[in-house]
Amino acid sequence: MPYIPHSDADRAAMLKAIGVERIEDLFSDIPAKARYAEFRLPEPLSEAEVLDYLGALAQLNADLNSFICFLGAGAYRHFIPSVVDHIVSRSEFYTAYTPYQPEISQGTLQAIFEYQSLICALTGMEVANASHYDGATAVAEAVVMAYNVQRKKRTKVVMSPYVHPEYRATARTYVQGLGIQIVGDEHRQDTAALLDMVDEETACLVTQTPNFLGEVEDLDGIADRVHAKGALWVVVADPIALGLFKAPGDYGADIVVGEGQPLGNPINFGGPYLGFFATRERFVHKMAGRLVGETVDAEGKRGFVLTLSAREQHIRRERATSNICSNEALNALAAAVFLSALGKCGLRRMAELCYHKAHYAAQVISKIRGFKVATKKPFFKEFVVQCPMPVADLNDALLEYGIIGGYDLAGDYPDLDKHMLLCVTERNSREEIDYLAESLREVAQ
Amino acid sequence: MTEPLIFEISRPGRCAASLPECDVPQAALPKNLVRDELPLPEVSELDLVRHYVRLSHMNHAVDTGFYPLGSCTMKYNPKMNEVAARLPGFTAVHPYQSQFTVQGCLQLMFELQECLKAISGFAAVSLQPAAGAHGEFAGMLMIRAYHLDRGDTGRTKVLVPDSAHGTNPASTAMCGYEVVEIRSDARGNVDLDDLRAHCDEHVAGMMLTNPNTLGLFDEHILEIADIVHSCGGLLYGDGANLNAIVGVAKPAELGFDVMHFNLHKTFSTPHGGGGPGAGPVGVTDALADFLPGPIAGMWPASSDSPDDEPEYGLYMPPKSIGRLKSFYGNFGVLVRAYAYIRHLGAEGLRRVAEHAVLNANYLRVRLQDTYPLPYRRVCMHEFVLSGRLPGAEGVRTIDIAKRLMDFGFHPPTIYFPLIVPEALMIEPTETESLETLDAFADAMLRIAEEARTEPDTLHNAPFTAPLRRLDDVRAAREPKLRWQP
Repeated sequence: MPYIPHSDADRAAMLKAIGVERIEDLFSDIPAKARYAEFRLPEPLSEAEVLDYLGALAQLNADLNSFICFLGAGAYRHFIPSVVDHIVSRSEFYTAYTPYQPEISQGTLQAIFEYQSLICALTGMEVANASHYDGATAVAEAVVMAYNVQRKKRTKVVMSPYVHPEYRATARTYVQGLGIQIVGDEHRQDTAALLDMVDEETACLVTQTPNFLGEVEDLDGIADRVHAKGALWVVVADPIALGLFKAPGDYGADIVVGEGQPLGNPINFGGPYLGFFATRERFVHKMAGRLVGETVDAEGKRGFVLTLSAREQHIRRERATSNICSNEALNALAAAVFLSALGKCGLRRMAELCYHKAHYAAQVISKIRGFKVATKKPFFKEFVVQCPMPVADLNDALLEYGIIGGYDLAGDYPDLDKHMLLCVTERNSREEIDYLAESLREVAQ
Repeated sequence: MTEPLIFEISRPGRCAASLPECDVPQAALPKNLVRDELPLPEVSELDLVRHYVRLSHMNHAVDTGFYPLGSCTMKYNPKMNEVAARLPGFTAVHPYQSQFTVQGCLQLMFELQECLKAISGFAAVSLQPAAGAHGEFAGMLMIRAYHLDRGDTGRTKVLVPDSAHGTNPASTAMCGYEVVEIRSDARGNVDLDDLRAHCDEHVAGMMLTNPNTLGLFDEHILEIADIVHSCGGLLYGDGANLNAIVGVAKPAELGFDVMHFNLHKTFSTPHGGGGPGAGPVGVTDALADFLPGPIAGMWPASSDSPDDEPEYGLYMPPKSIGRLKSFYGNFGVLVRAYAYIRHLGAEGLRRVAEHAVLNANYLRVRLQDTYPLPYRRVCMHEFVLSGRLPGAEGVRTIDIAKRLMDFGFHPPTIYFPLIVPEALMIEPTETESLETLDAFADAMLRIAEEARTEPDTLHNAPFTAPLRRLDDVRAAREPKLRWQP
């Protein structure tokens, strides 16, 4: 029997010790009409058959190792150093659980403490938690936290239309029972217009940089305007871009969140990822999520523990800051190993490569008849291209060239019909970019 | 045993990653936006690897020893699952690729949904939620949406037993509901009189874990469902303890309207040191339209071309509560759970429940005459003892837990559920052998003896763990939450 070690003799001895005749006798509390129901599942497969079957399913997908990818929009293909998967594959890490018993969980605890420190360094903030489920849920929890910081008295949230559409949708799901109104993203409008909407009823303003269209927003002066109304400012950031651009913390952000997937986590058809979440020390008691702190043991040696748990559901129950009772620890470990492997110079270099290659791609594409680069502001690794045909048709054609094209913006922004969001990272060679340009030229003819 | 922080082994100029040369002309950087400082560590690859390998040695894990952490189902995590989840056809696939290039991912999701429906008896399943608590939140939002859709706006309360996980009241509060706590009776079941007294037209529903956190199957489950339903409420099932009944009983047939599955408990995906997990939700027909999406669907081949394969796609249920995260759930976790379900089949899953319950009852019988067992009944997959040992009044559960580490065991869940003083919640799971159970029971009995004869040994434990007992109070009073130079 897979994974069950009992022999017939073991079972007999155990039943005798318990004082019942058959295992079925242990289930007599379950109502008879529901007990030993019929279950219609596929017949069991051997290990080899399972792997063959799943291998066949995996082969039905067009994977990015066999195609040239220019698709981003919230899930990114960045280089992952080989050490990352080797460390997260250590079963001392992946078969442990939440480090409730710190004396025998220092590996996980110190790794999370280092992760928190790395996220603070990257975002320019003072505290970071052990992570959320992903970037979208980190945004949603930031909105709820801002509402709680304002003692639930401010029920308006001003959301930039350039925050990732799925993050905005997730935030709306989270607040539907709380009476919070999310406004500002009904149509495309810039930060100046959003700032005019921030008033004394506003819990927070949420902006993203680089925004969903790839533009790096100038964040100067936003904090003062938002704080003048007593509201909080939430910034959604790309962690690779933070290797190159000024940290939101330096601009006075109150909460900085984002999708941590680019930090050493495979693209994995959308998950599991991690959401990073950082804030100011003065808000730490309102923050959701696990938090690791430094302390000492009985002999005075440095050690780490889960701390400030009076915020959390297992202590506070319905008065907790959130219902979250876990984090994405293994993804956070991957992020910590990734950031340590790249380090100060490596992350900057990766970010610069993205920047230069994306700008090169924009330049060559802008020269193709029928295509126009619509992005005006400085951008990072993504930019918008106006195309001579619907993006879905263009992408179908590009697939014939072995290319996975960009994100079709028409669904989220009706006025951006025939506009495509292209993503270029350090993984795309000049040769691939030139080939994309050539393919676009042929397809458009 | 201590290990320096990664920042403390940093030396200027080192880097553990190699990146390609820039093969395009360099573009001008917007100087006003570029940061001056990036205070990340600088380490060599070997130093990096040694650092994390040494840290890994400071962890207790399922793969290093017995981990009877109650309510967490720390069963063995099959290596086959890890191989499957690392197939490049799964890891290197972008969630926004066109549907016809990701048919394998979508088929897997669809087939997993079908399996979870068959296991639970529910009519529909969404794989969106990323964790158990995330599934609870989804379930309560669906219950809320269901009532509002019927024009029933007067329901403001949700009933939660006093034995419930803390996530239950917290998830309820996140939906804007008032939480009403329901007492347990002397046998550890929901107190039916207290339940009846609180059931009225203001009740949106009840959250119930069955088997409950005492490890006991609520004998009145069908009556509870009737009482809640007769006042117009819906019954939420916390699937945290599904390992006890998987393959034996279907939650939908017990009267639940909605339930989350913990794929990282029942279906063997690793806990990852705290995540990632996955918490899909299953619902009855009445709630199917409210499920979070997108959900995987199958469109059969058209009848005029019988050779065609069916097509898989994604759709949003018509009255969906919305999406709970970006993309389609924790896909990598779904792959692992699906591999496990296909390997075991219906009979294998039934044996999982049977042996989980057998192991728990065996340990219960070995320990119940030494440690107080407040609810003396046949248990399901776990049971709750009290650490209040007769004749050892100065010893607390925390001391017993710390001493267990010296015997090489991870302690059980402690101080939960709240209704048992000094609780020790023990869940052995089905993957542990009789020898392991006996070794653990022997250690528990010896510790009980030590509690009476040498209590200081317990008060000062652990002795052999990487660190001695850690000072939680200091961590909370003087928070140091990041490294600073």
